[in-house]
Formats: sequence, C-alpha cells, structure tokens
Amino acid sequence: MMNSSLARHPSFLLLPTLLLLGVFFCIPVLLMFGVSLASRGLYGGIEWTLNFENYLRLADPLYWNIYGRSLFLAGATTVVCLAVGFPLAYVMARSSPRMQNILLLLVMIPFWTNFLVRTYAWIFLLRTEGFFNSVLMHLRILDAPLDLLYTNGAVFIGLVYGYLPFMILPLYVAIERISPSFEEAALDLYASGLSVFWHVVIPLARPGIVAGCILVFIPSVGAFITPHLLGGGQSMMLGTLIQHEFLVVRDWPFGSAISFVLMLLVVVVGIPMFTRRKFWG
Amino acid sequence: MHRRYRWLTGISAGTLVFLYGPIVVILIFSFNASKISAVWEGGTFYWYRQLAENHALWLATSNSLIIGGISTLVSLALGIGAAVYMERGRASSQPLLEGILLLPLVIPEVMLGVALLLFFVMIEWPLGLATVTIGHCVFNLPLVIMVLRARLRKIDPVWEDAARDLGATPWQAFVHITFPLLRPALLGAGLMAFTLSLDDFVVTFFTTGPGATTLPLKVFSMMRTGITPEINALSALLVTVSMLLIGLSLVFQRK
Repeated sequence: MMNSSLARHPSFLLLPTLLLLGVFFCIPVLLMFGVSLASRGLYGGIEWTLNFENYLRLADPLYWNIYGRSLFLAGATTVVCLAVGFPLAYVMARSSPRMQNILLLLVMIPFWTNFLVRTYAWIFLLRTEGFFNSVLMHLRILDAPLDLLYTNGAVFIGLVYGYLPFMILPLYVAIERISPSFEEAALDLYASGLSVFWHVVIPLARPGIVAGCILVFIPSVGAFITPHLLGGGQSMMLGTLIQHEFLVVRDWPFGSAISFVLMLLVVVVGIPMFTRRKFWG
Repeated sequence: MHRRYRWLTGISAGTLVFLYGPIVVILIFSFNASKISAVWEGGTFYWYRQLAENHALWLATSNSLIIGGISTLVSLALGIGAAVYMERGRASSQPLLEGILLLPLVIPEVMLGVALLLFFVMIEWPLGLATVTIGHCVFNLPLVIMVLRARLRKIDPVWEDAARDLGATPWQAFVHITFPLLRPALLGAGLMAFTLSLDDFVVTFFTTGPGATTLPLKVFSMMRTGITPEINALSALLVTVSMLLIGLSLVFQRK
C-alpha cells in the first residue's frame, strides 16, 4: 500500500470529513461534558458553575431502579438474542450458497426496516384492543383483555425483536469461517451432537459471539424508541431518562451527565472491540 | 449430523416467523375495513386513499426526501475523499481518527441526538431542516466511509500504480481507475445512507424544529393521537420502500 501511486495523497481529502465530524460531533460531545459540570438555572437554563454535583446525583437511589431495569433488560435481551440467533446463524452458515443468500437477505430486511414501524407492530399486537387480545377473546380463551402493553415484558420483546438481526449477522460471519471438517472430526471421534456444538462450534465462533453481544447490548441499554413506546411511564430506561431530563424536566446539566457516563461506558467497553479489523468481517 | 440439523432448522424457521410475523400482521390489517378493532372485517383500500389525501403527509415525505438526498450526497462527496485517503494514503493507523469515525455509529442514538440539540441551542442555530440534515450527515458519513474503505481494501492498488507508471496524474488515475472500480460501492453506500436517513427517528426527533416534520416523526405523532388502520397502511408503505432500497443496494454491491 505504501507504494501505491496515490500514496502521497494530500490530507485535503480528509479535511472536509474532519471538519464536519469535528464541528458537529466532537464539539457537541465536549460541550455536553462541559454542560454536565454546570448546574440547572432557576427557569431550566444553564448556570455555568464548575462542580461535580450532577455526577454525584447519579448515585441517588431514586435512579437505581432505572439503571437496574436498563442493565437487566439489556442483559436479558442479549442472552435471548444469542440463544435464539445462534441456531439460525448456524443453519445459515451451513446451507448451500444459494440458500445462504436467501437467508441472509431474509435477516437483512428487518435489519434495514424502519425501527419505529417495527416497534409500532408490537403496539398493534399487544395493546388492549390489539391483535393478541382480540384473537384470544374471539376464540373465547379470554373473557377480559390482558394488560400486555406498557409493561417490562413488552419492552423486553420489543428489544429482542429490534436487535435480533444485530446478533445474527456477526454470528453468521463467524460460523461461516469455521470449516465443517472440525465438526466432522469431532463426530468421527464419537462426540455427541451437543458436545460438538459446545466444545467445537461455540469456542470457534467466539469472535462472532462477542461482537454480536456488544452490538445488541449497547443499543439496548441506551434504547429510546422501545421503552418510550412499549414501556410507557412505568418502564423508564436510561435512554428515556435522558430524553426526560432534556425535554420534560429541562435539567440539561443532569441529562448531559447521564449521557456522558453512558458514552464513556460505550467507549471503554466497545471501542477496543470495534477497532479490531476482524470485528467487521 | 443430519438429525441435529433438522431440529436446528425447526428453531430457525420459528425465528424467521418471529421476525416476519408482526410485519405481516401489519400488512394484512392495513387492508382491514374496520376502524377500531383488530378483527378482520373485510378488505379495503380506503386507508391508502386516506393517506394519499393527507397533505401533511406529503409535506413530511418531501422533507424526508430532501433531508435524505442532501445528507446522502454530502456523505458520499466527503466520504470518498476520506476513504481514499485512509486506504491509499501513507498514513499509518490513527487510533483517534478511527475512534471519531466509529463513535457516531456505535453510541446509542439518543446521545447523538441530545449532544446535537445542546450544540444547536447554545450556538442559537434555529432548529429546522438544516439541523436535521446535519444530524443525518453525522451518522451517514461514517457509514459511507466504512463501506467505501471495505471496498477499497478489495481493489488491488496495482491498477492505480500501472496508470501512474504510464504517466497519469494522481487525479487522472483516480478518475479513470479508482472511481469506476468504486462505483458499485458508491451506489450501495448511497442507498444505505438514504434508507438510514429515511428511517431515522431518534436523531431527527431531537434536532427537528418548526416545518421540519419527517415521515417517521409523522408516524410517531399519528401513533400518539390514536392507533388507526391508516398507520398500518403508512407502515406497510414504509416497509415496502425500505425493502426496495435495500434490495437495490445489495444488487449494486454484489456487482
């Protein structure tokens, strides 16, 4: 690459990108950090006082159940996506090339379908006058509709539904690279199907498992649309808390502090993973 | 081996049903004659006709197209330079740059939304079409760069070297060799960015202002006033458009 004819490309090629992301991404993020050190003015404005009060306030037990719910729902979503996604990713990776393409397309379509619409689908299914309740009452299984929407369960289903493709795609890439001869060798040596899966496929698919888990966990823990629409007021998560502080309470400094801590978490956990070239396949 | 494969196939089929079931239900019920209940009461195109007559919706569509079009073009124009620089330049790996190019893609969208809101309000830039478009550029540009870099890595620099050996200037080598080889990836990345922009709700939600309602924002406000079959019809249309765009982008990228 060093010998390439374009090797001496001047950096003006990069300059516009740096400018755009510098002004409209780096500066806003730094500004957010600055605001997180200020305090809320009397009428919801920002008072420039340098203090760490907002960060101390994060420890207030008032917010613990929101942190707990966010971590628990994101964790459960990750585990279930892995459990549900792995078989499909495996079947995809071991299908004929033609079938692989078809299945890949089938997984890609939801991945690129409007997230809001996909969340709306669950409102339509779960609400009191919704599809499930109507069907169950029509079949006389239920006498009165169940409260399915605006529960933690609804948020959980919405998250799994929303982020499942994020798990399947990296798993598929990882499993596809494992030569089937490893599995055949294990079977020849009298390993059971389950132990081949456990001792051969899963360890070799680890890069994909780690990538998939991060790609599901990070957006789930900071999710906004799903808890906002399926959770209602009772099931607040970090993403909805940030929005609440910014647009409802208008406590921008505190909202910035939450947002900044969450971003640090993403950087510390995610960036070392994402920057490995292997990660993106 | 074979038997194990069969029950795995069963689970996989179940997973696909889970992924597609809700979308299919929405599609079917967008033709339902009943306004209130989720019980089938005969087919109709009424809701689609209602949509066609909704002027606010047409306005939102045109806003979405403007924002999507501009942010896609800007991302492509800037992204191609950055991608060529990073894959063909002599710069060794730059962790800070890689981080800045990655972060907008991996942080939860709410954070990008509130950071931009904060920034625009503090510099007193009125929220509207321009601020939304800028927000979309921030997530589209890194995506475009990622796709183009992946493609450039697969294009052997030897072609460009050959052109240079034969006396082409760097610019000529780019225009006649690199660009044509990159064209399918440019189209694919452009369609991806456009789809992402058309679908975006969160960043738009935080950076929007008067007169800058996009389609997803319109869907959102319709959902708040009540669940009607009109929303099903609109959802069905949005799903169809996304599918077409992604199909096209895959076709271009495979070439």
